[in-house]
Amino acid sequence: MRISVEINGRACEGDVEPRTLLSDFIRHGAGLTGTKVGCEQGVCGACTVQLDGEPVRSCLMLAVQANGRELRTVEGLAADGELHPLQRAFHEAHALQCGFCTPGFLMSMEGYLREHPDAGEEDLREALAGNLCRCTGYLGIVEAVENAAREMRGEDVEGD
Amino acid sequence: MKPAPFEYRAPTSVDEALPLLGLDSAVLAGGQSLVPLLNLRLARPEVVVDINGIDELAYISTDGGTLRLGALTRQSAIERSELVSDGWPLLHKAVRLVGHPQIRARGTVGGSVAHADPAAELPVALTVLDARYRLRSAGGERVVGSAEFFRGPLETAREPDELLVEIEVPALPEGAGSGFAEHARTHGDFATAGAAALVAPGRAAVALLGAGPAPVRAEAAERALADGAEPREAAALAAQEVEDEHRRALCSELARRAIEEALP
Repeated sequence: MRISVEINGRACEGDVEPRTLLSDFIRHGAGLTGTKVGCEQGVCGACTVQLDGEPVRSCLMLAVQANGRELRTVEGLAADGELHPLQRAFHEAHALQCGFCTPGFLMSMEGYLREHPDAGEEDLREALAGNLCRCTGYLGIVEAVENAAREMRGEDVEGD
Repeated sequence: MKPAPFEYRAPTSVDEALPLLGLDSAVLAGGQSLVPLLNLRLARPEVVVDINGIDELAYISTDGGTLRLGALTRQSAIERSELVSDGWPLLHKAVRLVGHPQIRARGTVGGSVAHADPAAELPVALTVLDARYRLRSAGGERVVGSAEFFRGPLETAREPDELLVEIEVPALPEGAGSGFAEHARTHGDFATAGAAALVAPGRAAVALLGAGPAPVRAEAAERALADGAEPREAAALAAQEVEDEHRRALCSELARRAIEEALP
């Protein structure tokens, strides 16, 4: 089946089988390998992308279901070579080690912070529960998201 | 793993969808339960009928005090609906415990109900609210109540040629309060046990999650509450039929919390 999807503002066309998962189309059809595939059961969150602005699991959608829709992947976060505040905060707070889960965290939290710019730590921890990280123990991730939220609200972020 | 091959159909109206339904087909709504089953090849339907293009099935409306939820209404839409949080706060409380925001963005109320996972929150909340389920087939339409609809794990009264099109939730009784409590190992994980409660003057409804193969109405607890029993006493009655000791303890405590939250 022929599908046409806009990914990070660029039109992307491809031929897919009905059973092709959106996550596989993004990686193999569109060649955007920033999106990772972990469990393929909707548990780990590594494949999270934004569909029409909302974070979703790309392993739980068929590629054909994205036909005519807008997708945003981790490659679409940095603008003009400048890291997104969340990306920078993850880097600064050591919120990643192997980095496999990071794109999913970033796409989840970018969507969440857009809808909940004033979320407190408890809300952020709840929002983070949909993504698994097996390296960091999460403390750095919580700190990074809090720092990014402050920066995105235009507040000063304290340095260490 | 990846899904086995299937034929894909994407009808844009209920009338177009109905002839496609049958023993060899699976209805794809939000896909948050079906797609994992396809990926694991635990489900291998010949035809996948994708109902996401049927716009007429996505709505939240009221009609003479009754809440009407189109089967394709996303869980995130229910979570954000003021109509729901103002009029049926129990549904708002329950839907916030379904998976994670990324799951609720796609998951639908009809999918949750039709899949009938024994650990799912919405069937338990809807059971307490005396919800009814509108099923349509090429042969006609019928409406089924909660007690008849939920038959067992992943088993409902829906026939293979029927499509769940709407969920009707009656207005709450005057002065009603509601509560929902659950225990899961981590937030958003499948719940081990849970309880939903609705308490109004002279009337109470309690249902348990994880106490049986389908949502269980705790009738002894309901009668006791209507007669003025204390929450702890009613909760113990609710949990008394649960066989497993750990689950019984959990159900008793969670029922107590749900009932206390529901009391005015």
